[in-house]
Amino acid sequence: MARIDRIAEPWGTRTPYGPGEDWPVRVDTFLEEGITPRDVDRWVPTASILHSNGDGMDIAVKDGRMVGVRGAAGDRINRGRLDPKDLYAWQAGASPDRLTRPLVRRNGTLVETDWDTAMDAVVRRSRELLDEQGSGAFGFYTSGQLFLEEYYTLTTIARAGIGTSHLDGNTRLCTATAAAALKESFGCDGQPGTYADIDHADVIALFGHNVAATQTVLWMRMLDRLAGPDPPRVICVDPRSTPVARMAAVHLAPRPGTNVALMNGLLHEIISAGRIDRDYVDAHAVGYEELERRVREYPPGRVAEICDVPEELIRRAAGLLGGAERLVSTVLQGFYQSHQATAAAVQVNNLHLIRGMLGSPGCGVLQMNGQPTAQNTRECGADGDLPGFRNWANDDHVADLARIWNVEPERIPHHAPPTHAMQIFRFAEQGSVRLLWISGTNPAVSMPDLARIRSVLAQERLFLVVQDIFPTETTELADVVLPAAAWGEKTGTFTNTDRTVHLSEKAVEPPGEARPDLEIFLDYAGRMGFTGRDGTPLVGWTGPESAFRAWQECSRGRPCDYTGLSYERLRAAGGVQWPCDRDHPDGTERLYSGGRFWAAPEYCESFGRDLVTGAPVEEVEYRSLNPSGKAVIRSAGYLPPHEAPDELRPFHLITGRTVHHFHTRTKTARAPQLRDAAPEVWVEMSAADAEAHDMREGDLAEVSSPRGVVHATVRVTGIRSGVLFLPFHYGYWDLPEGAARTRAANELTITDWDPASKQPLFKTGVATLRLLERGGGPSSADRAGEAGPARSRTAMAHEEPR
Amino acid sequence: MNGIGLALRGLHHGERALAQDLLRVSERHTGDHEIHHVARDLSAWSQRHVRELAEIGGRYGARLGTAHPLETGLGAKLRGKGGELVGHRGPPGMPLLHDLRHVHVQAAGVSLDWEMIAQAARGNRDTALLRLVERCHPDTLRQMRWANAHLKQLSAQVLHG
Repeated sequence: MARIDRIAEPWGTRTPYGPGEDWPVRVDTFLEEGITPRDVDRWVPTASILHSNGDGMDIAVKDGRMVGVRGAAGDRINRGRLDPKDLYAWQAGASPDRLTRPLVRRNGTLVETDWDTAMDAVVRRSRELLDEQGSGAFGFYTSGQLFLEEYYTLTTIARAGIGTSHLDGNTRLCTATAAAALKESFGCDGQPGTYADIDHADVIALFGHNVAATQTVLWMRMLDRLAGPDPPRVICVDPRSTPVARMAAVHLAPRPGTNVALMNGLLHEIISAGRIDRDYVDAHAVGYEELERRVREYPPGRVAEICDVPEELIRRAAGLLGGAERLVSTVLQGFYQSHQATAAAVQVNNLHLIRGMLGSPGCGVLQMNGQPTAQNTRECGADGDLPGFRNWANDDHVADLARIWNVEPERIPHHAPPTHAMQIFRFAEQGSVRLLWISGTNPAVSMPDLARIRSVLAQERLFLVVQDIFPTETTELADVVLPAAAWGEKTGTFTNTDRTVHLSEKAVEPPGEARPDLEIFLDYAGRMGFTGRDGTPLVGWTGPESAFRAWQECSRGRPCDYTGLSYERLRAAGGVQWPCDRDHPDGTERLYSGGRFWAAPEYCESFGRDLVTGAPVEEVEYRSLNPSGKAVIRSAGYLPPHEAPDELRPFHLITGRTVHHFHTRTKTARAPQLRDAAPEVWVEMSAADAEAHDMREGDLAEVSSPRGVVHATVRVTGIRSGVLFLPFHYGYWDLPEGAARTRAANELTITDWDPASKQPLFKTGVATLRLLERGGGPSSADRAGEAGPARSRTAMAHEEPR
Repeated sequence: MNGIGLALRGLHHGERALAQDLLRVSERHTGDHEIHHVARDLSAWSQRHVRELAEIGGRYGARLGTAHPLETGLGAKLRGKGGELVGHRGPPGMPLLHDLRHVHVQAAGVSLDWEMIAQAARGNRDTALLRLVERCHPDTLRQMRWANAHLKQLSAQVLHG
């Protein structure tokens, strides 16, 4: 058994393998100092909740406490490996500053109270608002951190109990574009491919996806293929020189905001070279001719100019994509959080459609998720959709949902698409949303343009309920704070990017009076007395397992069919991919094999949206475009971004994730190894830009945009010149009181979103830079894959290849 | 100038007005960020139509100028009716509904003009003109649907809220 510092070496030791072989097992374990496997009372199965990879793992419990974690050797996702965040961040659960009692605001200050008082306050205000204004006064904004059962309960309460369309999840900031792109192309959300496609691929293309930082275990799988015989070739699209870029056969570093032009250029070359599967396209897709016409306008010369990428590299990348026999493409925030997000992500789907590369081993599109339980918010309708991938614009789907919920169809708002998060905040800003209930997320750090978000949340007239596990920048502004139980302290299921459902079992008791989110929602539903048509309770379930069964009924016959699953089955089998039903008792590894799509007008989840205007496509239009339910090839021209650098603000500003932190560091900064690996915000710039601005590694710089300022330590990296990068995890909760608010990247980001997916554009703003203070040379922290940080005794984990 | 020339002049006028309307909407609703950004993008479509119409107009005796730039900035904001600077009447969001309704009506008129030109081009077997219609008219329909979609999305909240 090897011991290894997994902060310094986030991807651990290689276990090489060849194409078509099984990925070897390597079990990663981290136990509290002084604890050996023999001391552990029991290992409780769960899956990772700090990224969307969905790695199966076990929590070590001793004397009622969590004392460590271990990867699940038999799990299809990770085969025993764990991400550094998973190895260390569980320690945060035992932090002394957990929220353990409800809080209510009295004379401007949050004070401790009991559950009855807190819930009564929420219920009283809810009743007042229902009487005064109606359901439009309510907004719900949830997480990518809760469990399926909790989202489904919240959806039922919001959509059928209150009857509001204002319910969304923070997956809006993260993977709304993945969902939108899948719906545009395939009429339905849900990943076509599977992680196992990595085992078969001969070309892997990563579009705006720094997998080395965001899904380290998936990167380990890629690295192991790269280290084995007959390795795949990698194409990387990213303005930063990431570890992925360094392993790539071709690295394209386009100017931020030009992804659509780049994709059109690549498709142009592939089509010109005749490297398309014409029979597949004719049999299984509509819209090809328009794509062909559109990409004709994007010869590599023009694209090279728009994107500022060498023409030769565009041709080489297109050559690799066009010559691939088993192509896996992945897409993440470099596309999703950038200008023309959905249009760009859809072009990746188009690449696979025109090459006929879907539904067979090694031929997959993975439109990634960022938050681990994002897929569940989407399935359960806790984001901008109805539960079970039902189409809000299809009256039969609404009627079916009304039957399941035992309510009149009119009770479920479907006069317009469900309201997206940015619009919910706008309604709150204008004063028509007067109760906002935020669960498991921290918009006061994670949303764009923070000065604005703070002013919205701080309004006197807004009744703000915040349900979370720690005090955050958002709970600070709440009227009522509800303490929640964390992962490992409650039971439920969740589903990762490639549709694998895991059961996560309660390992330890939550601290103090903290309660599972499910219990909180059930308590609210009970106190509000929501009923169905015949006066029986609307929410008829009482705990996780009965909630799961209710959800199974809701998913029956829909693409995300869970009816073949049960807690018992998941306990025995580990992760299973939906749909899992009578016809697919072992789950389904790949969707759309043989070109069979779920896009029929009667069945599809969405008729799509105009990629530029965002206007929903009407049913009649969709029926005439796609009467027989084929895949839809949607094309789009390039539009210049809405904010472009100028003399005053000469830099593009992009923001993003890092290997050691998650969301707003509420958990990861409470784990010493992760906190110390990257304690402070930094700004990355190219050597040329550093020289031009007389800056050196370690200097303190002020980055400013029209929205605000951030103070950050300079790092000189291989990022393209003219672009600055800020990690977006940093906020203020761990700073001394009264410290300046100059740390969160979102002080700077623009309020603008993709019209089709409504996902904010965190990577299309501008900024300028000045020196604040000379620094002390290079920083060692968080240079994973670059310099290698200082080794830490406390970060030693075990690795056991088998 | 023949009938087609006259119709082109009418359409040119309508497209220019639509381009201006969309810019005004963008500038008056900076707090409604999607409206603000997308209206600007959609105005660019009409501005392109205006240029393309000017190029083809001469063939039908219509001299269609592109010399007058569109108004932007505070002037346009103030001259617009019901703008946020003028103050609120009714619930917040009312001025936006009003403006979206106006854009929809304006775009509908432009769409009808394109229909007429298309019929004339077909009758006249003028393929260049027909191609122009085929290029531009879908944009107009998308502009209409954009306004319509936002009206649908906002009306319940604004009028009831």
